[in-house]
Amino acid sequence: MTARQRILQKLRERRGGPLKAPAADLAIVSERDWQPEEKLALFTQMIESVQGEVHRVDRTHWCDELASLLAQRHIQQLLIPRQHTVGQQIRDAADQAYSAWPRLRHYDQTIEQWQPELFHEVDAAITSTRGAIAETGSLILWPTQDEPRLASLVPPLHIAVLEADQVYATFHEAITTQQWANGMPTNALLISGPSKTADIEQTLAYGVHGPKALLVLILESSAPDASYKDNIQ
Amino acid sequence: MTTDTAVRDFHPRAHAALNNPQIRANFRKAMDGLMSKRQQAFEGWALDTLREQGAKARLRALAKLPELLEQLETQLTANGIQVHWAESPDEACRIIREICEARGAKSVIKGKSMVSEEMHLNAYLEAHGIEALESDLGEYIVQMAEETPSHIIMPAIHKNTGEISELMHHKTGTQRSQDVEYLTASARQQLREKFMRADVGLSGVNFAVAETGTLCLVENEGNGRMTTTVPPCHIAVTGIEKVVEKLEDITPLLALLPRSATGQHITTYVNMISGPRQPEERDGPEAVHLVLLDNGRSDIYQDDELLDTLRCIRCGACMNHCPVYTRVGGHTYGTTYPGPIGKILMPHLIGLDEGRHLPSASSLCGACGEVCPVKIPIPKLLVRLRREAVDGDQLHPSQMSGHGVKRQRFEVMIWQSWAWLNQHPRLYRLATRITTRLRKLQPHRLGAWTRYRTAPRLAPKTLHEQMSERQRGKPLAEVKR
Ligand code: SF4
Repeated sequence: MTARQRILQKLRERRGGPLKAPAADLAIVSERDWQPEEKLALFTQMIESVQGEVHRVDRTHWCDELASLLAQRHIQQLLIPRQHTVGQQIRDAADQAYSAWPRLRHYDQTIEQWQPELFHEVDAAITSTRGAIAETGSLILWPTQDEPRLASLVPPLHIAVLEADQVYATFHEAITTQQWANGMPTNALLISGPSKTADIEQTLAYGVHGPKALLVLILESSAPDASYKDNIQ
Repeated sequence: MTTDTAVRDFHPRAHAALNNPQIRANFRKAMDGLMSKRQQAFEGWALDTLREQGAKARLRALAKLPELLEQLETQLTANGIQVHWAESPDEACRIIREICEARGAKSVIKGKSMVSEEMHLNAYLEAHGIEALESDLGEYIVQMAEETPSHIIMPAIHKNTGEISELMHHKTGTQRSQDVEYLTASARQQLREKFMRADVGLSGVNFAVAETGTLCLVENEGNGRMTTTVPPCHIAVTGIEKVVEKLEDITPLLALLPRSATGQHITTYVNMISGPRQPEERDGPEAVHLVLLDNGRSDIYQDDELLDTLRCIRCGACMNHCPVYTRVGGHTYGTTYPGPIGKILMPHLIGLDEGRHLPSASSLCGACGEVCPVKIPIPKLLVRLRREAVDGDQLHPSQMSGHGVKRQRFEVMIWQSWAWLNQHPRLYRLATRITTRLRKLQPHRLGAWTRYRTAPRLAPKTLHEQMSERQRGKPLAEVKR
């Protein structure tokens, strides 16, 4: 018999006999009664409490806002998605701009082909999100070929773009609404603030392994712009 | 200190720790902070309902454990993750070494994994010529100091900044500094180079979801994500009890774990891994393995009462609230898992014989059971293990292997005589009467009991005598001490 068979057999032939599985009642982690504006406010409050920085911007000129945030931080190289609208809009804005944009980079190769550059040269990355969770101040990311896993982890600054109407009340609401159980990506992430540690005498320090700072740009519009939203799904 | 062999020396170590003001101050400060943060994090929650749902989610998983393990394996395999089974730590170590050797891997970078501590994996790999480097900052510090973690969530909690700075200075040449940001940034730099070169990343698992074949890891630092993303191969190790049925089942557990552990509403990262890098993807490991370790868990599983031990989600709240742990620190236990969870879990992992002192190292104050997010009745289990150790209940015969290790003939004799006496009322009265008359001869020292307490004194008259005097109208005799 293999280890697998022995373990399973032992579990099956349990001395105490079969166990009864209690039913679930997850109302306590799912039922919330929050209006969109409340959810936005709570999300902002929660992520700011863990050092995230939130900017609510109008979608018509969010790239201008981004440009000035990048300039303030003296960002030299910005990693952007090639296909996602976020990347396209940045490229357009950079083309038309009079002022200087950082050098725009794309994750076109496998990590093996450009690891030293990603680790040592790229100082910021921008990604889209699949929404956010108000209760815990968390961003939802499903890395893709266009926006790979390490984009939100290796560069010292991570900028996440969030659609204002994509804020869920709870994690439970997010996974049920988006039907995660029907098919998970190779990697799904919740990100709540920049990387941090308290391993040295309970003193908080940011940027221990991942980004030192996290910026969230919440895109809002008085008249919704269809083109961006079509793309975000 | 490699520990499990020295578990028996609990008492001398406890005394040493109690006499070390630095250790006591470090733990006191940390535990006070953690307790108040936990309390704040649950403000506004119907905590009891939430804990109830947490406990139920775990129990649901345990009730279907063999089926769920098979489902997990099927799902993971379909997703491209290879599953391995190990009954013992040695077997798990060997599986990991073989994966490494098959890839020609020379270096393993590790995220936090208590199961790998349980296996003493680092020492094993080093002995086989494979470098194993910890990347969680606390684990990195503990590894540099050639120690073991003193807390399951905060491994280096026994050290203060000065001690860590001195250690990093000696081992890595970092400048001495009280500036935590500087020390953290230095570690980041040192470890990033290692991540780029490591052949294998090894991590633990917080929840393994059977329904979707997903491994969930929670962490703050990002080293867990680095470990599971940068090296070409990722090996996850976990105990067989870590499985949950549905993705939905992690929602109450995720609400409980970080709040109970560190008072955070959520950890910085919740990393859900359901497969290796796909052909079109540009990063992530090309191979992912999961090693499922039993190591005594299937023994615990046999017993209706002990089963509760397996609900544990390793949050550490029980140690943070334990008056014994706070005073003696994590290393005193000499076990991989210290504190209350260690006291109920380790005897199954290392044997009741080796762990005989653990269930007794508690005042049974009940704090651990009150804070446990999955409602494990830790004090009740401690009493059960004490009973198992002395075979102390004929109505409920002991079940654990190694039971009865603390049974002593003399003690048994005393209790048997006591029982016999209680069944013979006349003799009982006579005996108690004689004893009260001989109270002057009572010794002042009663072994371990009077080491820190004064001995109780016998009353001058028995209760029977006093009651009959009262019925005859005499006032109660004043009890002289
Ligand atoms: S026994 Fe309970 S409190 Fe202790 S670590 Fe496990 S889940 Fe946390």
